[in-house]
Amino acid sequence: MTTLADTPAPWRRRSARGRDWQLLALLLCLPTCVPLLAAALAWTHEDAATTSHLLEHVLPLASANTLWLVLGVVLGSTLIGTTLAALVALTEFPGRQFFSWALLLPLALPGYVMAVALIGLFDYAGTIPSMLRAIGFEAYWEFRSLGGLTLTMVLALYPYVYLVARQAFASQGLRAIEAARALGMTSSMAFFRASLPLARPAIAAGALLVAMETVADFGTVSAFNVDTLTSAIYKAWFSLFSIDAALRIAGVLLLLVLALLVIEARGRSQQGFTSVGANPVKALPLARRGLWASAFCGVIFAVAFLLPLTRLIWLAAPHYLQIDHRWLGFAANSLLLGLSAAAICVLVALLLALAVRERQGIATRSAHRLATLGYGLPGALLAVGLYLPFARASSWLADQFQWDIALHGSLGLLLLAYMVRFTAVAQAAVDSALARVRPSLVEAARTLGVRGWRLGARVHAPLMSGGLITGAVLVFVDTMKEMPITLMMRPFGWDTLATRVFELTNEGLWAQAALPALAIVLVGLLPVWWLQKRTAA
Amino acid sequence: MRLGNALLASLLLLPAALSAADLVVYSARNEQLIKPLFDRYRADTGVEIQFLTDKEAPLLARLQAEGARTPADILMTVDAGNLWQAAQLGLLAKVDSPVLSANIPAHLRDPDSRWFGLAVRARTIVYNTGSVTSSELSTYADLAQPQWKGRLCLRTSKKVYNQSLVATMIASEGPQATEAVVRGWVANLAAVPFASDDEVILAVGSGRCAVGIVNTYYFGRLKRTETDLPVAIFWPDQGAGQRGVHVNVSGAGVTTHAKHPEAALKFLEWLSAGEAQGIFAGSNLEFPANPAVAADPFVAAWGEFRQDSVNVAESGRLQTEAVKLMDRVGYR
Repeated sequence: MTTLADTPAPWRRRSARGRDWQLLALLLCLPTCVPLLAAALAWTHEDAATTSHLLEHVLPLASANTLWLVLGVVLGSTLIGTTLAALVALTEFPGRQFFSWALLLPLALPGYVMAVALIGLFDYAGTIPSMLRAIGFEAYWEFRSLGGLTLTMVLALYPYVYLVARQAFASQGLRAIEAARALGMTSSMAFFRASLPLARPAIAAGALLVAMETVADFGTVSAFNVDTLTSAIYKAWFSLFSIDAALRIAGVLLLLVLALLVIEARGRSQQGFTSVGANPVKALPLARRGLWASAFCGVIFAVAFLLPLTRLIWLAAPHYLQIDHRWLGFAANSLLLGLSAAAICVLVALLLALAVRERQGIATRSAHRLATLGYGLPGALLAVGLYLPFARASSWLADQFQWDIALHGSLGLLLLAYMVRFTAVAQAAVDSALARVRPSLVEAARTLGVRGWRLGARVHAPLMSGGLITGAVLVFVDTMKEMPITLMMRPFGWDTLATRVFELTNEGLWAQAALPALAIVLVGLLPVWWLQKRTAA
Repeated sequence: MRLGNALLASLLLLPAALSAADLVVYSARNEQLIKPLFDRYRADTGVEIQFLTDKEAPLLARLQAEGARTPADILMTVDAGNLWQAAQLGLLAKVDSPVLSANIPAHLRDPDSRWFGLAVRARTIVYNTGSVTSSELSTYADLAQPQWKGRLCLRTSKKVYNQSLVATMIASEGPQATEAVVRGWVANLAAVPFASDDEVILAVGSGRCAVGIVNTYYFGRLKRTETDLPVAIFWPDQGAGQRGVHVNVSGAGVTTHAKHPEAALKFLEWLSAGEAQGIFAGSNLEFPANPAVAADPFVAAWGEFRQDSVNVAESGRLQTEAVKLMDRVGYR
């Protein structure tokens, strides 16, 4: 959103309203500051023995792996996500309608579940190499490697880029391409010179999400036993009993995330506005080349979704009798949390985006950025970083004032933690949607006397609905899959589908765990299907 | 609106719901393994147990942060290392229980009586029955010898079970000898260490490697579903003067700030004997900690073995040293 500051805005004055927005923005990023502060404070604790051991024996490899992994996953996801989005949004080919929503489905598969499913298929002892050996084909590529991990994460994460980029391409329609063709370019030249640059801010936002998710991931990298900075954090905490050393490494990780934020901000820096037009231009027919497009979409869909899904069904089938009345409760809890988190995160992202627009300056822009950092921290560390201060604060309140509010262990704190974690996810979609709402339009509405909430309801909401829904769906699905925060913050006796997966995988019961994992996919499909109906209508 | 009401209700009512419990357990042992026992205990005694599951480290952090106001009466984990750590942090109370001292062998409980092992997890050698005969196997240390080059599969060193194995080896063999052994293991690896014991067993079964080191209950579970898997169990270090099979415990202790300390102790005593012992160990194909209770017949069929008699607390005391040792020799 940096560029909003550069657009001429003579009507904007530093008014009382602006100050309110500034205050609101700072308030909204406050919860994120709590775990960040914990990470910063860890640098004042000396744990020289652990730190020097990690520096010598763990961090060199972990840092190199993290860099290669982020690079590979971001490049791969961006390439695949953008290509798919452009094909689906701008061209016409056999199966386009189906792929348009089907390509989103891997979103519903938790990364670690996909990892274990693919390892079960492609590892030496797995289904496919075993079958190949049975017919005398001995060659084997080590799947449990940095390469296999990168591939798996690309397949799990490309939908973030796909969803945001598809929305950007769809709102452009073919106007940009046709304008460029009118200037004498071929279709593909027009795409690269006109359409792609216009979608770049959205693609960059999607790529940033992928990068942050990759940096903070623990489940997928553990399944592949590849050492990264995040696995080093867990080693320091779980194995070396040093939460301070863990927080120190987290501080380094945050610097990496900040660097990514700066890169992304530069990627957006030539952002322009596109209005949402009501004149959908017909998609570009691909003629015979269309079959190649179908094949490409088909291969991605098969490897990223059908294959792991089939494996899950195969594993889960013998255990289907374990489903009892409690499962309704698990699913209901997952839904309740997912929907609440989606609503909260989209609202927060929207308010932050509006604050940046209403009140220029470093304070609102920093708050807007700071609020996304929670996505770059490993989940369990974020959970502890939030829970500890709150538990201490509520103990203190109880001791000082006999004011026993039992803040911890309630849903309120859990939802606050989701807000810290997933606001970034909503922001990617919400920001690019707001960028398409012209400030002049809002100002015109204001001069006509539309103010306050009605301004949001009558002007912003209709224009931004696509972006808001996209953001909500992303947060919903992410919350459904989230494990460490839910485990730590949930009230007693509260189980969700994700905590069921944890209960079973923690003891290595992967076959049984496939059942709740499938349920996550099924419940996660609902909003994807609904999103498709909304956006196709 | 309904969603809002539900949220509001859960925000306000949950602390009240918790206070109705007679006993609160924080457990790293999973729900499906503990809930049947809690249900049984309620049926027998009428005591209502509330519980919260999570990984060990977050549970410890939570207990620590909650301090004197923690609702937890009992901390339950699946390894001795984390119980040792909890005791170090002052989170577990010393209890005086003749029942527990009589039921649980000395090497499976804290010397200061702050925690007690309730089920035994044996970490042993498995081998491919097609390529290895049991006479070729002898000790954990022997797997570092050159004849196993390219034939050994191990789980990741990040798993606490391997950390305990190496820690107790340091306790009995000393750090130099242990480092030489672990270095030899790494040199003999047939594949990058695996993320799970299951993968190790399947790798041994597929012929990718000949031998591996795993917890017996993973072997038991896999054998139940894949009966023709060409993998068998070997009990190492059984000779005179050798350490015996490495064991770890699933165990529990009463928290320092327990609100129901007597009820908590009563429950632990109930768990340490009779049918409860059988269910506790049998539900996960582990061995009962109480020697008077027989193991599940399926488990007993793997044969008798002598346990390492070093106190399992050593796996906590030496865990950090073990992890650093494994990092140094490149065991990932």
